[in-house]
Amino acid sequence: MEPFGVKDCALIALATGVRAQNLRELRDGIQKVPAASLYQHFWGRLLQPRFDEPEFNNDFAAWASHGLHDKSLAERLSVIDPSDFDDLEGLRQELVETIEIRLDESEFVPWARTDNQFHFILSQIVVFDTRRRLKKPNELARRVRNLSAGSIFYHFIDARRRPPHRVDDFSAWLMGWGDTYAELLPQLAAIDPYFASLKELRRILADLFALYFQEKAS
Amino acid sequence: MKDLLQQYAAVAGQDVVQHLRQLARSLQGLKVVHVNSTREGGGVAEILTKLVPLMQALGIEAGWEVINGEREFFECTKGFHNALQGRPTVLTKSMIEAYEKTNAVNAERLRPTLEAADLVFIHDPQPAALLHFCPGRKGKWIWRCHIDASHPYRAVWKYLRNWVAAYEASVFSLPEFAQVLPHRQYLIPPSIDPLSEKNLELPDEEVQTVVGRFELDPERPIVLQVSRFDRFKDPLGVISAYRLARQLTPLQLVLAGGNASDDPEGEAVLREVMQASNGDPDIHILLLPPDAHRTINALQRAADIVLQKSIKEGFGLTVAEAMWKAKPVIGGDTGGIRLQVINHQTGFLVRTPEGAALRIRYLLHHRDHLLDMGQRARRFVRENFLITRHLREYLVMMISLLSGQEERIEVE
Repeated sequence: MEPFGVKDCALIALATGVRAQNLRELRDGIQKVPAASLYQHFWGRLLQPRFDEPEFNNDFAAWASHGLHDKSLAERLSVIDPSDFDDLEGLRQELVETIEIRLDESEFVPWARTDNQFHFILSQIVVFDTRRRLKKPNELARRVRNLSAGSIFYHFIDARRRPPHRVDDFSAWLMGWGDTYAELLPQLAAIDPYFASLKELRRILADLFALYFQEKAS
Repeated sequence: MKDLLQQYAAVAGQDVVQHLRQLARSLQGLKVVHVNSTREGGGVAEILTKLVPLMQALGIEAGWEVINGEREFFECTKGFHNALQGRPTVLTKSMIEAYEKTNAVNAERLRPTLEAADLVFIHDPQPAALLHFCPGRKGKWIWRCHIDASHPYRAVWKYLRNWVAAYEASVFSLPEFAQVLPHRQYLIPPSIDPLSEKNLELPDEEVQTVVGRFELDPERPIVLQVSRFDRFKDPLGVISAYRLARQLTPLQLVLAGGNASDDPEGEAVLREVMQASNGDPDIHILLLPPDAHRTINALQRAADIVLQKSIKEGFGLTVAEAMWKAKPVIGGDTGGIRLQVINHQTGFLVRTPEGAALRIRYLLHHRDHLLDMGQRARRFVRENFLITRHLREYLVMMISLLSGQEERIEVE
């Protein structure tokens, strides 16, 4: 079996020039921006300046609350889990529908203050090899705890977009060892990659690997 | 040079510096030139003073060139600066001629260096026309705008845009500042340098000496705002907030700003602030010279709470400076302050003097919460607003510029 090559990544944000002043413009923007922009506002934000315990889980929900002061919409948008959708177009459709329902319910279109527009951005991801290698799965127990946030993002989140497996890289590597780690795979799959910060995800993964390989050794 | 990276590793973390080293691997030997209009003074020079040696320490052949100009050139570029910030500005024909001639003359001197570079970063409008005078350039040119250009005065922007549009890319600090341009616009927020005079750790004795020098009472809480005397910074609102808060809480207010002698509007605001203070011995209005970085640092460390009650703000780096010193910040709910002050977590966002007063009282009566918030603020700045993050984004942008527009770039 090939060793597990630890990679790392970093993002750079780019302006799209698309912005919204009110809820209708937000819907229109969501319909027309590249899918990469939706990815940025749901997933890429994990690697951007942010607070570890965010009130909302995506930028649209945060703006609905702080920009439009529409708490109901913010709650509905925040609960949307992008990992529930096969692709970003499905996510786009769900967002548009959620906003359409809210527009239908509203007597007027909610507006934000002039200086609090929503700016759609997108990002480019640069991936690089750390030249660190894991030869055996039991090394995960020790090494995952020291991975950077970028490595966690690349291997546990970004990997789900990459063919052929479209699963996280840890699972893909473990599958290559036959049935040896069959019990571990469902436990990895049960970790929700979305509702946690990268640091929390690292801790959850490290704890899981540590416990599993400790039990296996004993 | 290695020592420099180690110094940053000591404050930002070894892992952060390791990350930078790995990112820079594919940029070894790259010729990068930064150009601005001053070696000292101002935020851009401050950033380049550290960014360029850090790039060199990472194996990039980074250089820094400065353009020279006469009085009329700088009057013109001051006009550009004001216009980009939204102030209606009239530029005479001779000012424009001085601008273009100065760029042409500087291009003569810098042409060999600039045309040979792989990447050229032109900072702010002063040297923006250089590109036009370097027709044999082989590398990519990027215009880095450090100014809040969210609502530029259109007549002047229209002129500047002619120079800027020819660049391969531009960089703005916030998405709000980006413009309609025919090229990619990267977004890189500013940062603070933890090792600069403004931000380095100070011995307690030095902090106490500054407290004594300005006759502050070390036994009573200090609330501080550091800013120019400018209406957008709302110093009168700060005084109102102080008055409301001190009705129930013993308090001192420090308003520290620059001497406004070269700024007629600043002078008028300062007069209003003096009047509003009405001789209150607990309101300390400090006029400090532009290089009083260590004094400001000490004041921020001496304060219990830092205010930045702006009603309009570009980014507001004084917020990150205060947060780095583990102070909760009560900031105006506007501009880049929102990116730094996470409401109820690293401080409070307010719209009114009443809101600021309420939060001052709350924090002074919940000291444990004040301390927690301050620690959270420091961690937040450590992860997001230090120069190491700024450098990382420059490296990623450089890789992006050299690799194309694909959403994903893999480097060795």
